[in-house]
Amino acid sequence: MDVRKDFPILAGNDLAFLDSAASSQKPEMVIEAMDTMLRSGYANVHRGAYRLSAEATDAYEAARAKVARFIGATSPAEVIFTRGTTTSMNMLAAKWGADRLVAGDNVVLSVMEHHANLVPWQFLKGIELRFARLTDDFALDLESVAELVDERTRIVSITGMSNVLGTITPVDRIREIAGRVGATVIVDGAQLVPHLPVDVTDLGADFLAFSAHKMLGPTGIGVLWGRPALLEEMEPFEGGGEMIDEVGLYESTWAPVPHKFEAGTPPIVEAIGLGAAVDYLTGLGMDAVRKHDVELTGYALERLATMPAVTVYGPTDLEIRGGAISFTLGDVHPHDLSTILDENGVAVRAGHHCARPLMDHLGIPATARASFSVYSSGDEVDRLVDGLKVAAKLFDIRQ
Amino acid sequence: MAVGLDNLYKEVILDHYRNPRNRAEIRDVDRHADGNNPLCGDKVAVDLVLDGNTVSQIAIKGQGCSISQASASLMSEAIKGKTFEEIARLRQLFTTMMTSEDPIVDPERPGAILGELEALAGVKAFPVRIKCASLPWATLDVAISGTADQVTTD
Repeated sequence: MDVRKDFPILAGNDLAFLDSAASSQKPEMVIEAMDTMLRSGYANVHRGAYRLSAEATDAYEAARAKVARFIGATSPAEVIFTRGTTTSMNMLAAKWGADRLVAGDNVVLSVMEHHANLVPWQFLKGIELRFARLTDDFALDLESVAELVDERTRIVSITGMSNVLGTITPVDRIREIAGRVGATVIVDGAQLVPHLPVDVTDLGADFLAFSAHKMLGPTGIGVLWGRPALLEEMEPFEGGGEMIDEVGLYESTWAPVPHKFEAGTPPIVEAIGLGAAVDYLTGLGMDAVRKHDVELTGYALERLATMPAVTVYGPTDLEIRGGAISFTLGDVHPHDLSTILDENGVAVRAGHHCARPLMDHLGIPATARASFSVYSSGDEVDRLVDGLKVAAKLFDIRQ
Repeated sequence: MAVGLDNLYKEVILDHYRNPRNRAEIRDVDRHADGNNPLCGDKVAVDLVLDGNTVSQIAIKGQGCSISQASASLMSEAIKGKTFEEIARLRQLFTTMMTSEDPIVDPERPGAILGELEALAGVKAFPVRIKCASLPWATLDVAISGTADQVTTD
């Protein structure tokens, strides 16, 4: 995939940027769309009767429609703009969780969840959290999910693709299990949506959360998609302007979905940027994006396998994994590894990747992680491996 | 290979990382403190046995990167048998070495100012790693002052 020229930050920069799972770089198309909006199209939305505001509103709603098409939503109203995956998950934990669950109910998660799909559920009082295990090949253990789900399970909330292991989960199978007891299926799509074709009509989720900044868009905006009937049923998360219908001194009524979930001035310019990111990804084709990830991940796993001191934590089966590769090198601490790689022009993430319980489950304090996006290349993988050889030499690790 | 890396990962550092000193459990501990870098997960715990104003015994526990763990090990050797005043002076010199523009370490006379602790001088070139080297000292401070038993650095 020859797209590096589309990303200004990569042009003329020698850095091998292998931290796209944390946040991706932005193509010219996104930068330009936001720039144009700020220079000539900006006003608050859903407010003024003047033309500029009406045009801004149209642009904002057009971005919503683009996102809806991108994920196969039946209607733009199913797409709620939030601050990001974290806010989407907090909304769900509070309004679909805390408001509706009663003591003795349980929520099923997995041991590989990002803190954004863990900590919000810990806010629920009197609700039991249960954690599905992994198989020996780091896949989600469906038997474990089936064992944990019982008649008191109200929600199953699981990542679509692990930001640490790269593991892609079978949402349709999770749906089958959850469906037996009528539990809601929530998918943390922060890594899934940027990397795989997603169609919510056959994904199997009731709710899907994701962030713009990991899919070539800007920070500060993300999405909560939900089935229309559930969004109707769910109460607003925040009160304020824009989300209301009638307002009195003591009570108010809500605007229709999606606006009842969008209190206050929304991230307008960011929505335009997300719309442009969606256009860009659509132009590439999500099947081509996935193919690129699979090829690059396959190549990286192959190269890493030539270094016996490297341990990879994640599935070997490329069918069920994406381009987030966690690894360790001998007894070199990942932070040391990250410093050494940085000195050799390679940017990777080191640490617990906001998934502390997973590190405990794996019995390691931290990993280094290389992760890819559409602009990532085999050359960058080669430089990663070269950097690892430098680290092995410095720490006197036998190869 | 970048010169800075050779300065950072000297043999002394790797030796103290792989064979950390003063790791044995000690009894009748007078002071204890836990140090933690929450963002990177480095941990250092310090136990002290005091004889008046002198640290007569020290035990270190912890896990983390080579810089934090080697720094803890080097510190434990440097302060054992020293008075609080001597330790405060070492701490000050160490902090200066880590942060000041002024090169207090004399390349002509290696070890003359801070002994083996000078092995950590190369950390200065890696600003994000200075907190790794400082964690054990911040933890020791808290243990000695006895004002709290936890310290968090960032």
